[in-house]
Amino acid sequence: MSDPTYDGPILEIENLSISFFTRLREIPAVMDFSCVVQPGEAMGLVGESGCGKSTVALGVMQDLGVNGRITGGTIRYKGRDLNGLSQNELRKIRGSEIAMIYQEPMASLNPAMKVGKQLMEVPMIHQGVGTAAARKLALEMIEDVRMPDPERILNSYPHQLSGGQQQRIVIAMALMSRPSLLILDEPTTALDVTVEAGIVDLVKDLGRKYGTSMLFISHNLGLILDSCDRLCVMYSGEAVETGSITEVFDEMQHPYTQALFRSIPLPSADKNARPLVAIPGNFPFPHERPPGCNFGPRCDYFQAGRCDAQEVPMARVKGDDRHETRCLRFREIDWSTPPEPPIATEKARIGAPVIEVDALRKYYEVAANKLFGRGHKQLVKANETLTFDARESETLAIVGESGCGKSTFAKVLMGLETATAGKILYDNREIQDIPIQRRSTATVSDIQMVFQNPFDTLNPSMRVGRQIMRALEIFGIGTSEAERREKMLDLMDLVKLPREFADRMPRQLSGGQKQRVGIARAFAGGARIVVADEPVSALDVSVAAAVTDLLLEIQRNNRTTLLFIAHDLSIVRYLSDRVLVMYLGHVVELGTTAQVFAPPYHPYTEALLSAVPIADTSVRKKRILLEGDVPSAINPPSGCPFQTRCRWKSEVPGNLCETEVPPMRRLADGHQVKCHLSESCFGQMEPVIELAARPGSDGQ
Amino acid sequence: MIVFILRRLGVMILTALCLTFVVFFLTNLYPNLEKLAKTQGNFRMTDEQVASYLRKEGHLEPLLVKYGQWLGVVPGTTYQGEDGLTGTCFRGTQSAEQVAARPRFCGILQGDWGFSTRFRAPVSAIIAERLGLTGILMFWVMLLMVPSALILGVLAGMREGSRTDRALSTVAITTTATPEYVSGVVLIAVFASSAFGLRWFNGTATSAMENPTFWNFFLPVLTIALYGTGYIARMTRASMAEVMTAQYIRTARLKGVRFRDIVLKHALRNALIAPFTVIMLQFPWLLNGVVIVETLFNYKGFGWTLVQAASNNDIDLLLAVSVVSVFVVLLTQLISDIGYVYLNPRISVT
Repeated sequence: MSDPTYDGPILEIENLSISFFTRLREIPAVMDFSCVVQPGEAMGLVGESGCGKSTVALGVMQDLGVNGRITGGTIRYKGRDLNGLSQNELRKIRGSEIAMIYQEPMASLNPAMKVGKQLMEVPMIHQGVGTAAARKLALEMIEDVRMPDPERILNSYPHQLSGGQQQRIVIAMALMSRPSLLILDEPTTALDVTVEAGIVDLVKDLGRKYGTSMLFISHNLGLILDSCDRLCVMYSGEAVETGSITEVFDEMQHPYTQALFRSIPLPSADKNARPLVAIPGNFPFPHERPPGCNFGPRCDYFQAGRCDAQEVPMARVKGDDRHETRCLRFREIDWSTPPEPPIATEKARIGAPVIEVDALRKYYEVAANKLFGRGHKQLVKANETLTFDARESETLAIVGESGCGKSTFAKVLMGLETATAGKILYDNREIQDIPIQRRSTATVSDIQMVFQNPFDTLNPSMRVGRQIMRALEIFGIGTSEAERREKMLDLMDLVKLPREFADRMPRQLSGGQKQRVGIARAFAGGARIVVADEPVSALDVSVAAAVTDLLLEIQRNNRTTLLFIAHDLSIVRYLSDRVLVMYLGHVVELGTTAQVFAPPYHPYTEALLSAVPIADTSVRKKRILLEGDVPSAINPPSGCPFQTRCRWKSEVPGNLCETEVPPMRRLADGHQVKCHLSESCFGQMEPVIELAARPGSDGQ
Repeated sequence: MIVFILRRLGVMILTALCLTFVVFFLTNLYPNLEKLAKTQGNFRMTDEQVASYLRKEGHLEPLLVKYGQWLGVVPGTTYQGEDGLTGTCFRGTQSAEQVAARPRFCGILQGDWGFSTRFRAPVSAIIAERLGLTGILMFWVMLLMVPSALILGVLAGMREGSRTDRALSTVAITTTATPEYVSGVVLIAVFASSAFGLRWFNGTATSAMENPTFWNFFLPVLTIALYGTGYIARMTRASMAEVMTAQYIRTARLKGVRFRDIVLKHALRNALIAPFTVIMLQFPWLLNGVVIVETLFNYKGFGWTLVQAASNNDIDLLLAVSVVSVFVVLLTQLISDIGYVYLNPRISVT
């Protein structure tokens, strides 16, 4: 089928245009997109949601659904034009020559078919091998993706595996017949950082082992840096800049790329001295694209009459290898000028403790068998002896992977759950046992929450302003409708939304705008404590920066205590004053941001830090991979919760780690670690992230 | 698993008790009893005669005592008449010696389902015979309805919005929007009468009670099946259409699986999870459907018996019919829950 002597590029896309046709109009999703993937090369495709990067991938697969159509250009795979192939010919290429890895592993595996069968299908279709041979291949592949106990895995259903394991199965399935091209569509977005790090390493190693070319789609620049050789930045259906990783990261030639890098929290950013720079304006809808340059209306270098007068073609950047940019002015712009000196703000003065948590425990009782019968009860130990405090005007970040108990703590604090043991003192009053229905209006309006997913937390059938006024009503603010309306409009000003938005329905708002409404609602009653549960993780990077800054600004002005729950350590480093690291319900480390991000670390913090992808070529990272999965909170390991995955365990004499939960130890003033390691071991720890000195000023 | 089944059986018995008590209460209202007395005796009975007949038959005891007697937890009562003893546990008049030799309890717990006043035969014999006849009818209905509905649904749902989908959906909606008393009459008129000259089938299924053949049995089977077919086909179509848009179907397509195998190997099992419950719900519903069709085609099965028992206030027979119905409903739901577990690996009983 494929010509073994072929040695040209694996994939050549030339001037590709893809449109979706609705009853109303044609919606161009991808316009004039070109890229080339050489054998063994990993090509990254970066952009915000809606920029058309996934459409390109599906276009390569020729699977655009009923409404999608390729309206121009060619896609050549090993020299063959895929656009002209029949369904039969395509089927022979799909899965055997070009394979794909998807965003949500759970959804992309058939829930009613055993994993083994799904894997064996691939060689049985493409190589025509028998069941026994296919099973043998599947077993080998499972070992290749580094999963223990392959026989058991083959006989399980997808839901019996963890998210990381499921994604390994999807990868195994994609590599079953040694494809020449692997398309990865946000393969780690749904996974935790430590799992993500493992998956990225695996894909890189296997790509190298089999010489597979890769098209790696992601919105995460750090991941692209870790895994690709070249990248292509997309904006609103067009490629705006393409080149090798070092060229695009260090010598970017397009204003959008530059703006993107300025809006993500790199280690050099600081909320007071060097805040993030959000991209002004909103992403244009596909049918409302501006004339000329799509990025024009949001661009700092926009020149009326020039940038909006003509279609902008891709232009080659002189002297660089295959580095192209879609900007008319790239030669005129001085790319080394640092961003406008931002208004540096003063560090907020931290006040007295507002919340004191003392040995808080939260256990859930679950029936062993939910649907049928009662069975015996099991305990989920979601929170174990949490002890810390949070002060006025302070940002305390609570960090940990899914299942570590951070959201459970938020629920107990909010009163959505009551504590099993221990205390939460709010202004020296115990609130851990008072459910939210029995809390006083003042307490409820004082402790508020900003939720993770702005799309689900607004009532879809109630106007935005009405929803905020409803909150005011509940908090007992204002005596009349008119007064509340006035207050609501003030809140709209506070979150920098135009006042007209008060009469809009939530569906008319973008994700970032919805999150602003969520923030307005949380601050409606003058909240003193705001729990922000991953408030920007569902938003695109350029929007996230603006929302983060807004949250910090309001916090600074109101002297609010912000409990920032996150798994993204980059943003935590950027905005928090103190960090609390959780693992399996335990606080394993607590300290100021500087203390937590520098050695000595708790071994888990060390692994967590090393797993975070950082979009900066000057950062040197030490790779520490965690083996296995997070143990179940129903059946936690004995002794130290982290002992099953700890790389420092051998440094502790005897079986102390397995038998005793380590005490909370003070390493420095305000820095606590729950670990048995000796002082000398802590002394030996090296920093995980190092910023290599860069010649001159950093050239962004 | 055993615990689960035992609990469901417990629920079943409790439901049967509640339902039979309601039926018992309604059939034992005095006007109903009066009507019973008059149909059993003669229509010109005086009020005194009615009362004495009812007393003789044990109908004037307190309701709970009578219910207990029917269940078999309260001993039957006897009455001294002019020429011997009458009682609730035996028919007619007997001497004191004969009565003393008989067991004192005679309820369903003792296996005595009572005596049908309409058919003048033991209830258990009637129920067994009629249920058997309806069982045959149901068997053929299911055999016709389930496969054809599933095929229709899968064909329509695998390419949502296609011409096949629209054509098949129209058929399904039409059949499910036509009640049996309409479709039955239409089918008889078209295929079994001289109106169209197509005298292909028998318009009555009476002969099918002894000897069911294609000619005398197809029309009643079709009449019941048509309605259910449309309903199940709609459910299957919706479920299939949803599954076909699932991401794992895209995975299979981009793995290079042929369309036929995508439908049969990847989509079908997932698409059947939802309609399975609906199919199992059709069993109790069929009990209701047979009432009309059995009457229409004069097929003397369970539905026909129910109509007869109800119109004659045949207390024992009605109660037995209720008990059987409750068990059919709950048994099919039990099977449905267990079957669901086998179809859907994400749910486990253990």
